[in-house]
Amino acid sequence: MVTPTPLSIDSLTKVYGEVTAVRDVSFVARPGRVTGFLGPNGAGKTSTLRILLGLNRPTAGSALIDGQRYRDLDAPMHRVGSSLSADVFHPGRSGRNHLATLAIAAGISRARVDTVLEMVGLAEAGRRAVGGYSLGMRQRLGLASALLGDPDALVLDEPINGLDPDGIRWMRSLLRSLAAEGRTVLLSSHVLSEVQQTVDDVVVIRHGRVVFDGELSTLEAPTTRVRVDAADRAALTDALTRAGATVELGSAGLAVLGLDVARTGEVARDAGLALTHLSDESDGLESVFLALTADDVAASPPPEGGWAPPSAAAAEGSAA
Amino acid sequence: MTALLRATASEFAKVFSLKSWWLLGLIIVVYVGLTAAALAFFFSDIGSQLAGVGTGAPAPELDPVVAANLVYSSVTAVGLVIPLLFGALLATTEWRHGTLTPTVLAQPRRGIVLAAKGVVAAVMGAVYGVVGLIGSVGLGAPVLAALGEPTALDEPEVIGVLLRTLLATALWSLLGLGLGALLTSQIAAIVIVLAFTQFVEPILRLVASVWEWSASIGRFLPGSATDALVGAGILSSLNALDPSVPSATVDALTWWQGGLVLAALAAVLIVAASLTTMRRDVE
Repeated sequence: MVTPTPLSIDSLTKVYGEVTAVRDVSFVARPGRVTGFLGPNGAGKTSTLRILLGLNRPTAGSALIDGQRYRDLDAPMHRVGSSLSADVFHPGRSGRNHLATLAIAAGISRARVDTVLEMVGLAEAGRRAVGGYSLGMRQRLGLASALLGDPDALVLDEPINGLDPDGIRWMRSLLRSLAAEGRTVLLSSHVLSEVQQTVDDVVVIRHGRVVFDGELSTLEAPTTRVRVDAADRAALTDALTRAGATVELGSAGLAVLGLDVARTGEVARDAGLALTHLSDESDGLESVFLALTADDVAASPPPEGGWAPPSAAAAEGSAA
Repeated sequence: MTALLRATASEFAKVFSLKSWWLLGLIIVVYVGLTAAALAFFFSDIGSQLAGVGTGAPAPELDPVVAANLVYSSVTAVGLVIPLLFGALLATTEWRHGTLTPTVLAQPRRGIVLAAKGVVAAVMGAVYGVVGLIGSVGLGAPVLAALGEPTALDEPEVIGVLLRTLLATALWSLLGLGLGALLTSQIAAIVIVLAFTQFVEPILRLVASVWEWSASIGRFLPGSATDALVGAGILSSLNALDPSVPSATVDALTWWQGGLVLAALAAVLIVAASLTTMRRDVE
């Protein structure tokens, strides 16, 4: 029953007074996939999503839902469900009544209100005034309003924000299963590691411009960096260089670029060298993301001496 | 049409899921009721004698129907601030709490949202009129009767005043909606509503009534237009209550002219909002 609904942003530009928040942004969030829309705070993510949902007007370009503007959709909440902020509730109104007012306006059955409250775990709290909700509960209520129309596509701005670890796991599996049903899921975040287990595709935006658009796996293939050491460093350097690697002498061994851990080990074995150390020091996804989104002045310089601080996302290496 | 009906039902659901609507109802029934009771006492023989004590001047004899109308029209004399405030809050609460975002996500055609709020403002304005009349008639009539004055509730003229009171409160609620939607700031709307109804307009009306040229402009003030629409009002009747109050001889507006003035003012405000604040980016 899901209608494949791509979300297409085309040459979108948004200027607020003197500030250009979004510059010529183009990308497509595809049906059946979870697209992560990533960038630091103020990069233009929210502006883009608000234009997509007809809340803000574009200065130039377009943002279309299955080829139509949001305001031109026959039943907008059935096509796109969205949650943009946890601050869109009247504190004196109960969560359930909040959803009911939206359901009435969109012609959605009242039974669906209780269904989505159940889905997001607010069946009990739904009867209380939103003023007493935690940030995580308001995030869940926002998600409930997004799910209200059983939509073909979901647009969520920072949905992980304020959720506890259980909530984050729950959100992940929910978004994965919604995409598996053929729905389009577009979610924004300023922290890649929050969503890297959830997303298929990644669009990275910085200063209003798209700096990366592709599958997560293509973002995930950073330069391999291996740290290796042996008693005879000169022979090891020689063998690795012949195998095609670039080798630098670092403070704690050799920095090898261009070979992965397994190949480095093989080269050392073939050269008859006993290794005293072998580890994968590749940049993690987060540092790739940070390098993409860093300001020019702070653009990640190659670490002095060869070794970047080991990141949490780096694969475990092994000492020989 | 379906969209407008749904949007209207949604706006009603919003109103009834908060406490403010019945708190405003409670305030208008108490405020208007006490005012009506005080006026009924003042217009009775006993009240007149008390008023006459000390000054030596005989209190003016009021026609019983005029007196009853003044008592019952306490709703429009002091209570209009309530429907005005209701209309203003109906609009500004959407900006104050950011609920405009989900509202226009559920109904992206903002003209329909504003029209739905217009329906709710008019209906709830009339409801506050009914509630106000429960106060003014419910307390004013027993006081008149107890003091030996006719309640005049069977007089067609009085019944006309009561019915047109509902029209007045509905129009003032629409005025509030237009004002609120144009201002978008809840604080600004509340301050302006209270300052205008409690100080600015009464003073303007008093000053305007002194000269003929100013009175011909002053009769278009919302309060004067309301007195014309309803057919009774303390400020319009000051001269009848106390002949020493100066009064310029300017023809008052007819009731339908008064109604048109209010309707036109509300329409201007609401249309202006639909062309400006309602078209802006929702932040």
